Amino acid sequence: MIETEPAPSMSDHPPIGDDALHPYIPLTPDDRAAMLATIGVADTDALFADIPAHLRNPDLDLPPALPEPALVAHMRALAAANVTAETHACFLGAGAYRHYRPALVDPLVMRGEYLTSYTPYQPEVSQGTLQTIFEFQSLVCALTGMDVANAGMYDGATALAEACLMACAVTGRRRIAISDRVHPHWIAVVRNYAHGRDIAVDVQPHAEFAVTAEHACLAVQQPDFLGRVSTSAQSWADAAHDAGALFVAAADPVSLGLYRPPSDYGADIVVGEGQSLGVPLSFGGPYVGLFACRDKYIRQMPGRIVGETTDLDGRRGYVLTLQTREQHIRRERATSNICTSQQLIALSTAVYLAALGPHGLRRVAELSYARAHDLARRIASIPGYTVEDDEPWFCEFVVRTPRPVDEINRALLEHNIIGGLDVSDVRNRMLLCATEMNSDDELDRLVGALSEVEASR
Amino acid sequence: MTDDRRPATAPRLEPTLAELHRPGRIATSLPDAPPADLRPPASLTRTDLPLPELSQLDVVRHYTRLSQLNWSIDTHMYPLGSCTMKLNPKVDDLAASLPGFAEAHPMQPAEQVPGALALMYELQRTLAEISGLDDASLAPLAGAQGELAGVLVIKAYLESIGERRTTIVVPDSAHGTNPATASMAGFDVVAVKPQPDGDMDLEELRKALEEHGPTVAALMITQPSTLGLFDRNILQISEMVHAHGALMYGDGANLNAIAGQVKPGDLGFDVLHINLHKTFSQPHGGGGPGAGPIAVRAFLAPFLPSPHVVLNGDSSGGASAPRDAAEAGSSMLEAGRDTRSSVQHPASTFALIDPPRSIGRLGAHAGNFGVLVRAYAYIRALGPDGVRAMSEAAVLNANYVQARLREAYELPHDRICMHETLFSARRQKARNNIKALDIAKRLIDYGFHPPTMYFPLVVEEALLVEPTESESKETLDAFCDAMLAIAAECDSDPDLVRGAPHGAPLRRLDEATAARKPKLRW
Amino acid sequence: MTTPNDRRYSKEHEWLLLTGDTARIGITDYAQDQLGDIVYVDLPEAGAQLTQFEKMGEIESVKAVSELYAPASGEVIRTNDALVEKPELVNSDPYGDGWLVEIRIADTSQLDALLTAEDYDAFTASEQTDEAIRP
Repeated sequence: MIETEPAPSMSDHPPIGDDALHPYIPLTPDDRAAMLATIGVADTDALFADIPAHLRNPDLDLPPALPEPALVAHMRALAAANVTAETHACFLGAGAYRHYRPALVDPLVMRGEYLTSYTPYQPEVSQGTLQTIFEFQSLVCALTGMDVANAGMYDGATALAEACLMACAVTGRRRIAISDRVHPHWIAVVRNYAHGRDIAVDVQPHAEFAVTAEHACLAVQQPDFLGRVSTSAQSWADAAHDAGALFVAAADPVSLGLYRPPSDYGADIVVGEGQSLGVPLSFGGPYVGLFACRDKYIRQMPGRIVGETTDLDGRRGYVLTLQTREQHIRRERATSNICTSQQLIALSTAVYLAALGPHGLRRVAELSYARAHDLARRIASIPGYTVEDDEPWFCEFVVRTPRPVDEINRALLEHNIIGGLDVSDVRNRMLLCATEMNSDDELDRLVGALSEVEASR
Repeated sequence: MTDDRRPATAPRLEPTLAELHRPGRIATSLPDAPPADLRPPASLTRTDLPLPELSQLDVVRHYTRLSQLNWSIDTHMYPLGSCTMKLNPKVDDLAASLPGFAEAHPMQPAEQVPGALALMYELQRTLAEISGLDDASLAPLAGAQGELAGVLVIKAYLESIGERRTTIVVPDSAHGTNPATASMAGFDVVAVKPQPDGDMDLEELRKALEEHGPTVAALMITQPSTLGLFDRNILQISEMVHAHGALMYGDGANLNAIAGQVKPGDLGFDVLHINLHKTFSQPHGGGGPGAGPIAVRAFLAPFLPSPHVVLNGDSSGGASAPRDAAEAGSSMLEAGRDTRSSVQHPASTFALIDPPRSIGRLGAHAGNFGVLVRAYAYIRALGPDGVRAMSEAAVLNANYVQARLREAYELPHDRICMHETLFSARRQKARNNIKALDIAKRLIDYGFHPPTMYFPLVVEEALLVEPTESESKETLDAFCDAMLAIAAECDSDPDLVRGAPHGAPLRRLDEATAARKPKLRW
Repeated sequence: MTTPNDRRYSKEHEWLLLTGDTARIGITDYAQDQLGDIVYVDLPEAGAQLTQFEKMGEIESVKAVSELYAPASGEVIRTNDALVEKPELVNSDPYGDGWLVEIRIADTSQLDALLTAEDYDAFTASEQTDEAIRP
């Protein structure tokens, strides 16, 4: 074992003055002197001699350091300035969903051994991370019905974009078809990724898809941006396959506790946003993209993958595998440039699924469905409001409102309610979401407030 | 050391969730099922959901035990070159988990989340200031995505002035994401060899620029380089590249060395991406989340990704926001007033916009906000003097390690290094047939995570060591003592080194079989 | 492993063994040693037309991927199916059971552009440099 010198006596502490120490930087004046002597330079300036002298030590126009208590107070003040689902009833969905986060998730996920560990390139000392990734991959396969899944991507939108690029690599084609009912932000991300590789994007009207031999894939989302779940997905998959294209399905993972998985209706690649699996809303991130596909496409799948193997003593262990797809080996021929992804969030979703199990996940989905349908029924009976109900939907629905949506939302805010998303076209339309987290009292308040708006006209 | 009392038939460290599964067990109690009239039609619903069923104790014990198989910064030193594995202050976690941040929905109107937007605006400004550039985007979700954004911004700008340039030049020593990114953005990649002293070869660069002429869009380099060295030719490089009509892209992975010491913008960079999970201490989480903001010069600001935080009334994309308005915003930050009251001004101070010629969206929302909160808190805790002290200590620590190990390990570039030092295990390979990999694995037995191996590719048997400013002199000495002991073992007991690690939870794993016969799910 | 005299070599570390107007192609012992444990080989299908010195496929190890270049032009007659289950044959027997493809050679004079065993050995010896920094 390495011998260390005895610790200095605690009565030896230096005077606290100009050379005040920072808790993040253990370097003391004594340390500095000893180290400079070993290096053989007079001062630390000598270590920066390669930097052009006239550019060194620039002025940094930043506020001075905050001691920790002041920092915490400042952060609390910033946080308290926000209206959030903590203090207000939240009926917003539109790609980020509030579901119950079991109490055991945070204490486990925030353990320093997970939180502050590195990418598991040294498997002998990273079996914790590696096995949790292997389990996450397995859970995603169980949910989606696919054969293989990766360790996660940045978010659902980028997962969808990468799936479309992968379809282009698999088929050799340079055009993708995507349903106009996919979340508009996701379509924007797909366009961006496609543009970089000069791949054309055809946004096609829902259920009127025209997939040709030029298309690498048809991409759809279930539930779609406005919450609807279709019974026609198999026919879309058939249309794609008839044209030699892949069928890409984006699916909300909580909805998969209830609805038939995309493997049932012909999907080749399944992606999704993992945030709904108990990940905090956190103003949009960090989230995690789910990505799974059929076995035959595994060598084109982007992202990290963990596989099972044995060590020299024959014990089971896990390693990053199929790394030759990735940037650190293939460089410009990599399937993607992804390096760091969202591992801690993937872990969080795995713990969530372990905590809920199949019955719990199904129950969360059922309760969300029920809250939202109950809410819709009650809103539909308020004069002046119409619910768009001609297709099956999960836990989000569109309401046609008697007043502009932003006016209604300002009124709702007075009742400590965060209203739905404005999806107006020529009519005033609001996208409302309810989950198992919206209590009876919250539903009562929302219905009451909406009635007031109509009544005050 | 290995626990010899472990039964010989212990084939695995920890069962999987599937192996722990027993029908009928639950880990969380939930409300009763809803009434039948509020359930979806059976034709749409699944009958089979093959997820494991566990009790609550099973779940807690499983994940706790697995965590104990993991090393982490909280338990071990990680001298990983180019990763900047520094202290992850717990106060940053506290900040990110405040309900006022954690429960903010990304689709809420801007006037409902002034605290979040104020934080983002200030972080944009802070990163631009440290970079010596004019504006910054917080949208990229990781360093590699920041690179993609930076390259796409360059591409969009050049197209806007009627130039279609299709080549990007990188040094041979570039990190793999650089060429991968260039290719994703539709560029061809040309590599330039360095001089023996590690700096870019100006003659080679000149030849590459001439050979590829007006097709060159940008030079993508890391400064200091991936060799851990400050390229002394940087001002000439910038001048050559700009004279050629191309732009300078900076990979900010090594910003920990120079933050506060010099501004990358002053060195000629037009775009810089910054890894918040490196320099600014976002915990690595076993592989993310991170964030890769990009800082840009004013002429590139209109092309920044969507969305972008600006002060209300500013449609320029942010870069030309008047100083007074910025101060008004800052005063709101300082006061931290509760804006849920009807005070109008602070609530409408900030907005999220699409920059006028934006390259578009990189993700569904505005960025990895929880990561941004941590980075903001980290920089506020340091202040400008702390940032300078951080880079100074990082560079001092690396040079100290270099001084202590240079006799035992070959130093390909005999120069003052920056925040990391690059050795070659060539001597050990030639003498004892011991590779960098073996030395790295033996370090595990001494209680240190291996340094970065085999990167950069231009050095044989590379070992890239980055101690960071977080490690004390005692830890550095213990690390160096271990490296020296291993160097001695290469002569005295090479088999011990080649068979390492011996004291980790597992011994070396069979990666060939894992790749030949992939088993990727239970 | 000595470099067999009965065949020719390319600078991309492939070998070609001529038997009449068909030829067998593989990678050299030097190449398999550099790559490490082979995990996957991506070969052209029977019927594919190869052009001398152009890419014909890829070979992957755990930590590296390398392109395969045809040492001569011709039509692929068959590929070594054994490598699907056992890619490690390329490591253990690169000149025998680890062969990659068989082709019908279009123009035997193309072999003049390839190296003899002796020249190939000299070539690989010169690739090892005395510097830690690789050119």
